[in-house]
Amino acid sequence: MVVSLADYLVLSALLFALGVAGFLFKKDLITVFISIELMLNGVNLTFVAFSHYLRQNAIDGNLFVFFVMVVAAAEAAVGLAIIIAVVRNRNTLNIDKMDLMKN
Amino acid sequence: MQLALFIIFGGLALAGAINLLVQKAPIHSALSLVLVMGALAVLFLLLGAEFIAFIQILVYAGAIMVLFVFVIMLLNAQPSEPSRSSRIARWLGPPVAGLLGIILAALVASRYHRVPANMGQPMFQVEAIGNALFHQYLLPFEVTSVLFLVGVAGAVMLASRPDEAAQNAPAGHLAETEAISRKKGAGA
Repeated sequence: MVVSLADYLVLSALLFALGVAGFLFKKDLITVFISIELMLNGVNLTFVAFSHYLRQNAIDGNLFVFFVMVVAAAEAAVGLAIIIAVVRNRNTLNIDKMDLMKN
Repeated sequence: MQLALFIIFGGLALAGAINLLVQKAPIHSALSLVLVMGALAVLFLLLGAEFIAFIQILVYAGAIMVLFVFVIMLLNAQPSEPSRSSRIARWLGPPVAGLLGIILAALVASRYHRVPANMGQPMFQVEAIGNALFHQYLLPFEVTSVLFLVGVAGAVMLASRPDEAAQNAPAGHLAETEAISRKKGAGA
């Protein structure tokens, strides 16, 4: 029995859903950010799986993953800098306490 | 063999993702994300994407996660105290999320189950990726470098101490105005 495309897609959908759950349920700014990385990883698995199963010797999916990683690296650098700035100003990591723009 | 590897490392990735959700301390979540990334790198190898697998280890697990752990240690992030969430979210959230997962899985399993595995010839992937990157995808690649430049500048600007900047800026401003007024005085 071989592994089919559906198996990979289900796995990446589950990873993505777990990332969404972490994004919605966690109360910690850093953990919310980590959940975004988990979602990106789930999407990367989808790209590579499609590239492997649907196209003969295609590397386009791999290149998409490459660019996703590039953007993720830039996003992590800027996002963590924002987190540092926020924590310096408000002295908390709890996202419930960051309600300056509420109402 | 392939199925066994898929089950082992797919399960490992899922376990890491669930552990990421369950853990209270951010450092434990970050370390379980490293586990997920390692397991995914093995899955990428199974899918014949060696380049992506190694980049996953080097860039993601090596660089990005080190940045995360560094910031977690810098901010001394403690386990977060559970706060009150809305009751609707608590009762309706898990069933809706489970339903969504089931629908997704059923949809995917029904439509793509008969796609045959691609058993093409092995190729030198890194070479092909380099060629594509510098011919077909040259413009996105160059835009990427601009993105990184902006990212570096933004990160440095955001993470620099605001009080330090505030101290420097008025000092320079004052010196300037003093010089101007002195000039004016000299002229008068």
